[in-house]
Amino acid sequence: MNFILDEYLPLAIFIIVALVISCLFILANFLVARRNPDPEKSDAFESGFPQFGDSRMKFDIRFYLVTLLFIIFDLEVTFLFPWAITFGNLGLLGFFSMMFFLGVLTIGFIYEWKKGALEWQ
Amino acid sequence: MTASLLSFYIFSTVILLSSLMVITSKNPVHSVLFLILTFFNGAGLFIILHAEFLAMILIIVYVGAVAVLFLFVVMMLDFKISLDKNNILQYLPIGFFVGVVFISELIIVLINTKFDLSNIQILVNPMIKFENLTNTEAIGSILYTDYILYFQLSGVILLVAMIGSIVLTLRTREGVKRQSIQSQLDRKYKSTITMVDPKSNEGVDI
Repeated sequence: MNFILDEYLPLAIFIIVALVISCLFILANFLVARRNPDPEKSDAFESGFPQFGDSRMKFDIRFYLVTLLFIIFDLEVTFLFPWAITFGNLGLLGFFSMMFFLGVLTIGFIYEWKKGALEWQ
Repeated sequence: MTASLLSFYIFSTVILLSSLMVITSKNPVHSVLFLILTFFNGAGLFIILHAEFLAMILIIVYVGAVAVLFLFVVMMLDFKISLDKNNILQYLPIGFFVGVVFISELIIVLINTKFDLSNIQILVNPMIKFENLTNTEAIGSILYTDYILYFQLSGVILLVAMIGSIVLTLRTREGVKRQSIQSQLDRKYKSTITMVDPKSNEGVDI
């Protein structure tokens, strides 16, 4: 088995160099920079006030809906990649099977358009 | 071969450690970030298996979309960051049960699979029919014609997911004033402006 890692050697070197450099910077900061930790330093400054609660708060479920719809169209595009590459050899069946697939998803697209799921009220 | 073996050990070690961190880290956002690290190393394992298309799709779909969705879920749940040690004991029986079920399923599959050693070439190199095709071309040349039923089924499943997510999460708000360009353009001055000629000392009927 001729192994594929030879082709990925530049990528591996790139990742290793990036890892080494980023770790080096953090390590250099840790060693060289002056550190005098003090609880007063992280206190509220001047007329600031201590925080009341958690900084994370509940947010709207519409963000979730947008992400869900994004994932579905992401998967649809995923199916398009191999189809586009082999398009010349697929023949009519391959063409119409993809057209039917896109048609089914277009029905869903029209549904969500008419429902107003894409509108940000 | 040693390079692939070495990278396999690196990837799988990082997968095991980071998935351990997913379930043990106190901050749920950190859990999601460790999950992303797990996905990345899973993509590395796919590359070792010569399945580069799957590796790239794993990164695009899981890291790009599903991990963001998990982050949204974590933000939406709004639970306290610190989890008690008692919670681990509370969830241990359920987790243990699910783990036992998964392991027994794997064992059943392994026992029932007959490893036909005459076909070992296919097992080692499943792309033997598509020797001089790339990964993506090999998938594309059979997915849309030979496996057309499964392909269309996946389209229908995506449609069901789309409709289901809209039905479950879409709420139209009452009393939101929105701009309707069509009705603005359809407006004629005749329907909005009336000329009245008021007499002195009398009001105007509107």
